[in-house]
Amino acid sequence: MEKTLPVAHEPEAFALTPERERELADILTRYPNKQAACIPALHLCQAQNGWVSEGVIVFVAERLGLSTAHVKGVVTFYTLFNQHPVGKHQVWVCRTLSCALKGSDAVLNRCEKKLGIHVGETTKDGKVTLRTAECLASCGTAPMMQVDKDYYENLTLQQVDEILDRLTR
Amino acid sequence: MLVRTNYLTKRYTEKDGWKIGPYERDGGYKQARRALGMKRDDLLTEMKAANIRGRGGAGFPMGVKWGFMPWPPKAEKPHYLVINADEGEPGTFKDRTLMELNPHACVEGCIIGCFGIGAHAAYIYVRDELHLSKERLWAAIAEAKAKGYLGNKPFGLDYPVEVYVHTGAGAYICGEETSLLNSLEGKRGEPRLKPPFPAQAGAFGMPSTVNNLETIAAVPTALEMGGDAFSKLSTLHNIKDGGTRLFGVSGHVKTPGIWECAVGLTLRELIYDLGGGVEHGELLGVIPGGSSCPILRPEEIVHAPDEKHVLHPWHGKSVLDVPMGVDTYRALGTMLGTCCAIVLSDKADPVLAFQNLMQFYRHESCGQCTPCREGSAWLNRILTRVVDGKAEMEELDRLHEIANNIMGNTICAFGEGTAMPAMGFIKKFRKELEAYVLSGGKAGTGTLAPDYFPPRGTDAGAAKKGAGAPPAKRAAKPAA
Ligand SMILES: Cc1cc2nc3c(=O)[nH]c(=O)nc-3n(C[C@H](O)[C@H](O)[C@H](O)COP(=O)(O)O)c2cc1C
Ligand code: SF4
Ligand code: FES
Repeated sequence: MEKTLPVAHEPEAFALTPERERELADILTRYPNKQAACIPALHLCQAQNGWVSEGVIVFVAERLGLSTAHVKGVVTFYTLFNQHPVGKHQVWVCRTLSCALKGSDAVLNRCEKKLGIHVGETTKDGKVTLRTAECLASCGTAPMMQVDKDYYENLTLQQVDEILDRLTR
Repeated sequence: MLVRTNYLTKRYTEKDGWKIGPYERDGGYKQARRALGMKRDDLLTEMKAANIRGRGGAGFPMGVKWGFMPWPPKAEKPHYLVINADEGEPGTFKDRTLMELNPHACVEGCIIGCFGIGAHAAYIYVRDELHLSKERLWAAIAEAKAKGYLGNKPFGLDYPVEVYVHTGAGAYICGEETSLLNSLEGKRGEPRLKPPFPAQAGAFGMPSTVNNLETIAAVPTALEMGGDAFSKLSTLHNIKDGGTRLFGVSGHVKTPGIWECAVGLTLRELIYDLGGGVEHGELLGVIPGGSSCPILRPEEIVHAPDEKHVLHPWHGKSVLDVPMGVDTYRALGTMLGTCCAIVLSDKADPVLAFQNLMQFYRHESCGQCTPCREGSAWLNRILTRVVDGKAEMEELDRLHEIANNIMGNTICAFGEGTAMPAMGFIKKFRKELEAYVLSGGKAGTGTLAPDYFPPRGTDAGAAKKGAGAPPAKRAAKPAA
């Protein structure tokens, strides 16, 4: 009997929006070679796709003339590249010493309780992923957390509640 | 000696003070224009005389570093200036203020720096999380470009300069200069073996200089004043540690923050005069310049009877009264690092603080060298057991052994940056560590943040409403 060999999983096709394509073209002018655009290009793709999928890896590799192994190696090295789908919003609570001295454990406890998840998890409705961060250069205004691109500093637990309420509404 | 200055911080509180208008009103870009018309040797002489010690942690003299670049530059080997704004050292938040509030000083410094090292392009490597910093730098670059200060003919002069912002993607190790170079080149941010040093083969394999962002931002001021005059602002001018720099303090002080002061400020002044004093209690210890610098305790007294010793002028005094300088602090057995101190009050549990930092190093080791990768994991594992009350006394000796085994056995200074603070904590808080082991994890205050979690034994240890489980409980299950 003829056996069908398992087909290698085809990555979904990924392409940047025209606006982001222009941005990538601009990024490429900054460096003496294309490889240097690897991290900025991955950021661009992740901003559009939410995470770095196989399709994104293939896209970046092809556009920059790199092997997919190289791009994968880069993706797995850096904390900020999501290797899996994540929530709509990213909440990062800094846990390092200066923040810990000002109550980051309380902030983290509060986030976990309020969101009903543990650090590293995403809420069931897919809205929020909660993670801890290492020192985010905000030590003098601790405790702090980063929500997507914004820093929230000198946090009180009440503010934590308000911020999370806004995200989950 | 406390001397506050405002060369870099003058416009910090001004609305839109980061823009080019206010910067030029205060004399901005005059030095870049001047530099591009100078002889390179004259510029180098000024920079060497300024005694600007690298602000990124290692404290290497900036002018000397510029002088390492091969000269004259060869056409087929373009030089690069790479600015380190990765700002990842725990406790450090100074470069961010410059990028957000005085980005033009960074750009002007880059123009002068490019000329000084024979480069035509500068890359400012900013950690990705600092979105406002990146935005402000790009905006400053655009403003400078619009004025004709960058590009093919800056100020109409024949010395092309471009400045770019490059971003990382969340990895503390990318602050290490060779790791940063790999990251800039689009690779995994793993440190490279040295030699070759960046001046021989740096960015894209070309001769490069890596300067910290604050280091380069100090350049326009130093050039304006003249190197020697700038250096003399410091009380440590005589030991070649010159000028002014940003001092920061965080943790258990009443008013954490960043201040620009003449070099020579003491920790006592930083904590009590600028930081408003210790909150929650008395001073237990202070990590002077980012978490990789071994902790100091206020009881420590300088012992330097030899007149030739760099610390002799402070012989018999408290370590808190020694001017904060690169060489003075090295002589104290710690480091000045990034000059941003972390203060622990006596209500904070040093064992928990130690564990907190080792969790950081465990997370951030790039994993290339076995002693660093395994060592940082073991340090964290044992400390978690100590905090949990599960450790045996022998394990405390193991801590020291593991740390000691990292020293000198790694590709980059991350290893020492982990081992040295670890050995500092082990030596200076041995009693507290032992008490933890003997009591099954019930010694110490059990808290880092008294605002939320009162020290064990007080208030029946009741946490502030809504604060949840205390740090020790959380530390025991290392976060994802
Ligand atoms: C693990 C590690 C992390 C570092 N992180 C930073 C950093 O975030 N910012 C920085 O300027 N220097 C950092 N450095 C120091 C750099 O390697 C380098 O010495 C510095 O950028 C040189 O600039 P400077 O001479 O102006 O200080 C780090 C070093 C190590 C070993
Ligand atoms: S010392 Fe640590 S961080 Fe540095 S290269 Fe080795 S494993 Fe990586
Ligand atoms: S320790 Fe949290 S921002 Fe630095």
